Amino acid sequence: MTNPVLSVRNLEVEFHTRRSILHAINGISFDIAKGEVLGVVGESGAGKSVTGLAVIGLIDPPGRISGGEIYLSGMRIDHLPPEEIRRIRGKRIGMIFQDPLTSLNPLYKIGDQIVETIRTHLNLSETAARKRAIDLLAEVGIPAPEKRIDAYPHEFSGGMRQRVVIALAICAEPDLIIADEPTTALDVSVQAQIISLIKRLGRDHGTAVMLVTHDMGVIAETSDRVAVMYSGRIAEIGPVQDVVQNPLHPYAKGLMGAIPTLAGEDKRLVQIPGSMPRLSAIPNGCSFNPRCGFVFDRCRVERPEPIAHGTQAVACHLYDAAPKTAIKETAA
Amino acid sequence: MLAFTLRRAIQAIGVMLAVGIISFSMFRFAGDPVNQIVSLDTSAAEREAVRKSLGLDDPVVMQFARYFGNAAQFKFGVSYQFRQPVSSLLAERMPATLELAICATIFAMVFGILMGVYSALKRDSALAKIFQAVSLIGISLPTFLIGILLIYLFSVTLGWLPSFGRGDVVRVGWWTTGLLTLSGLKALILPSITLGLFQLTLIMRLVRAEMLEVLRTDYIRFARARGLTTRAIHFGHALKNTLVPVITVAGLQFGSVIAFAIITETVFQWPGMGLLFVQAVQNVDIPIMAAYLLMVSLIFVTINLVVDILYTVVDPRLRSTIRRPA
Amino acid sequence: MSDAVVPHRAEPSAAPARAGTGWFRRALDSDIFYSFRRSKLTMVAATVTLLFFLLAIFASVLSVQNPFDPAQLQLMNSRISPLWTADGQSPFLLGTDEQGRDVFSAILYGLRISLVVGVLGVVFAGTLGITLGLIAGYVGGAVDGLIMRIADVQLTFPAILIALLVNGVAKSVFGNRLDAMSTLVVLVIAIGLSFWVQYARTVRGSVMVEKNKDYVAAAQLIGLPAPIIMLRHVLPNTMGPILVIATINLALAVITEATLSFLGAGMPDTMPSLGTLIRIGNNYLFAGEWWIVAFPGFALAGLILSINLLGDWLRDALNPKLR
Repeated sequence: MTNPVLSVRNLEVEFHTRRSILHAINGISFDIAKGEVLGVVGESGAGKSVTGLAVIGLIDPPGRISGGEIYLSGMRIDHLPPEEIRRIRGKRIGMIFQDPLTSLNPLYKIGDQIVETIRTHLNLSETAARKRAIDLLAEVGIPAPEKRIDAYPHEFSGGMRQRVVIALAICAEPDLIIADEPTTALDVSVQAQIISLIKRLGRDHGTAVMLVTHDMGVIAETSDRVAVMYSGRIAEIGPVQDVVQNPLHPYAKGLMGAIPTLAGEDKRLVQIPGSMPRLSAIPNGCSFNPRCGFVFDRCRVERPEPIAHGTQAVACHLYDAAPKTAIKETAA
Repeated sequence: MLAFTLRRAIQAIGVMLAVGIISFSMFRFAGDPVNQIVSLDTSAAEREAVRKSLGLDDPVVMQFARYFGNAAQFKFGVSYQFRQPVSSLLAERMPATLELAICATIFAMVFGILMGVYSALKRDSALAKIFQAVSLIGISLPTFLIGILLIYLFSVTLGWLPSFGRGDVVRVGWWTTGLLTLSGLKALILPSITLGLFQLTLIMRLVRAEMLEVLRTDYIRFARARGLTTRAIHFGHALKNTLVPVITVAGLQFGSVIAFAIITETVFQWPGMGLLFVQAVQNVDIPIMAAYLLMVSLIFVTINLVVDILYTVVDPRLRSTIRRPA
Repeated sequence: MSDAVVPHRAEPSAAPARAGTGWFRRALDSDIFYSFRRSKLTMVAATVTLLFFLLAIFASVLSVQNPFDPAQLQLMNSRISPLWTADGQSPFLLGTDEQGRDVFSAILYGLRISLVVGVLGVVFAGTLGITLGLIAGYVGGAVDGLIMRIADVQLTFPAILIALLVNGVAKSVFGNRLDAMSTLVVLVIAIGLSFWVQYARTVRGSVMVEKNKDYVAAAQLIGLPAPIIMLRHVLPNTMGPILVIATINLALAVITEATLSFLGAGMPDTMPSLGTLIRIGNNYLFAGEWWIVAFPGFALAGLILSINLLGDWLRDALNPKLR
């Protein structure tokens, strides 16, 4: 069996503040295979974006990767010296940020920014790079790319700018694209176009995609698998179909209950009471325990580790066979 | 673009008119011009004749129009002290001041930007902390004290550099320059540092603050995510974005440099317009004061205008909003 | 109707709300005092500033002679170098100048003049600026436009130029031979006219914000006259920024006065400020009598540096966003 494109093992990220150390990521593991789209979903502050930044090596002080390993196609990349991880960024891992309005340098023509990136990673002449830039712009759906290549970022709409950002992310044919909330800042009408563009590019080039979002709808539409994150941990991970239709973790159940569907107009949307704990006040045991309806004593003292459960993996004591649990949920 | 330039030009003319009124009021009302021309034993009738010949009994508006018309042709009347036309005095002194101001600005820009970039990129290094401390001292020390200190060190104690004057100058047309002789260049060093030090600290602080701000932006983060080299990110992207506001401020500061040259020129007995102005203030030579105010304002206003236009050239966002007003 | 509906739990409680009325209480109670004690540099600066003020106030007690009284000066005491040098003589700690004037005493008296002019200049600039700012903000319209245009234009000119012009015009109007006290008044006015703009802008800005608030409308409703509303209700809200501006301005005012005096357009030799002392001393630098200029220079630099440090700290402490 070939290595997965991305393999994250027991990753831990912490931030040193004046008062204390905040654990933003608390031991997470997941894989993304070639051509696979992994959706990472969770509330803001759950650690989704930090995970993406950790993978691409952009955790800046006071933050640091304090444990675990990250492998890109079998090669460990989390301990590389800055210059080597720099060569991987943009070449083997492309990144798309949330806000296309601020992702591009306003003082440079978009063509110059693309050519600059291409020539950083590929050994191409100025003209060849420019030609490639035009092709890329065409591929991401910018009309009249040979003209628009000499335009400044502010001359594009938000959706078009996000296309330019995507072109920049894929310009060196990366193995993996990390898309951090790529549609959040866009109009709803544009969101679908960008989503389908990312999906198409992943399919056409066999690129693995890590799609970070808080929008379960986007995940359901795009992803092959989904990881549900809650306060720096993966609560549940599995094929998107299974997790959406049959969530196991109480938090995931709440999350899925919060997706509006056309079929169930009579059902009220559910909200999960309370809010995610701040990083400075993560409770002992399972961090979801103060909000959980199924909480029992063990949840308050012992942190649940992921347990395989069919195609899914869930970090919840309810599914641990060893101790007798009070409530048994049927997984059919 | 044209409309914008035109609007700024009209504003500039407005400012010049306001300054002109102040300058005229000084010239006309602060001290009677007649007294400055006639001697003490002149009879009342003769005084009246002089008054008439100077047009001082015309309506004030007309006098102002005449004053302004003359000023537009660089006719500022006659200096009380020197009994010479103010315009020729100023013209004679202007090259000295401009050369000093330009050298000081170049000094301030080069070192200010270098030190600012360094202290932004290596924020916690010892050298950056030294720069910060020096900048605080640079802001706190009055210019004349810096000048005296430099003279004491490099002229009195070490004897390396001259402590006053311009050295040997070469006449190029009506312009006199100290840039072409060794003694002229040596004479420029201390005054340029003295005059430029305050601007240097200002530019350094500004570059540091702007650069730190820019380094936090999304497009820098994205540039890093694209795997660009640190060098390209710092000196290609961050520096260019930093320099836009810095150019503006440094440009606008050039006017202040000329005005601040008053102090430096006094310390170093530099034969420029500033020294002329200080002597005029000491000796109540109103025509020179009024003319100097007008000249400096003209330089100020011109620079503001140029900087505004330059700004739109550097920043494409402004260019298009100006081209296509919303 | 989902199975995931769970009972509500209390969230971790938020930080207890800090009680506090009025700016002063908040200031003492909040981070200000904390940050003051934390910054050693600021404490040193505050101590030095206080020391300078005390030296100025008790100048006549601490000095060995009145340097402005020609009868107390003896030419045989002239040009004595500082006490610790080979030629030093008691009681002239920092030496004497060519008129036999004790440099230390001269510095104390000069410090007094510098601080008097600086403080009065700041008070005058503040009063002028606050008044114009209140009027501009409250009245608005053409008055506001006029005041703010003047401010805009003035702000493009360095204060020293304006101060020099005011000085020159005053000399011209009142004759070239102004006595020392009148010169002091002219300096205060010149400095005041050079520095009012910042106060006016700040006050105007916050008046514009405050005047639309309900409590101002309520005050108007019960018939309080406009000046009272502004002074009692609107002004206190701007005290923080004004304090910061005033502190930094004090340093600028002291620099401006010293510069004017150095340029020969300020305090006369008969009643010298620190700037005048430096101008006089500068003439003896080449003769090797460095102490005549060095000590007044140190005093001036130390004074300005400590006031600036205090101002910087105050700005950061009162408004962390400005950092």
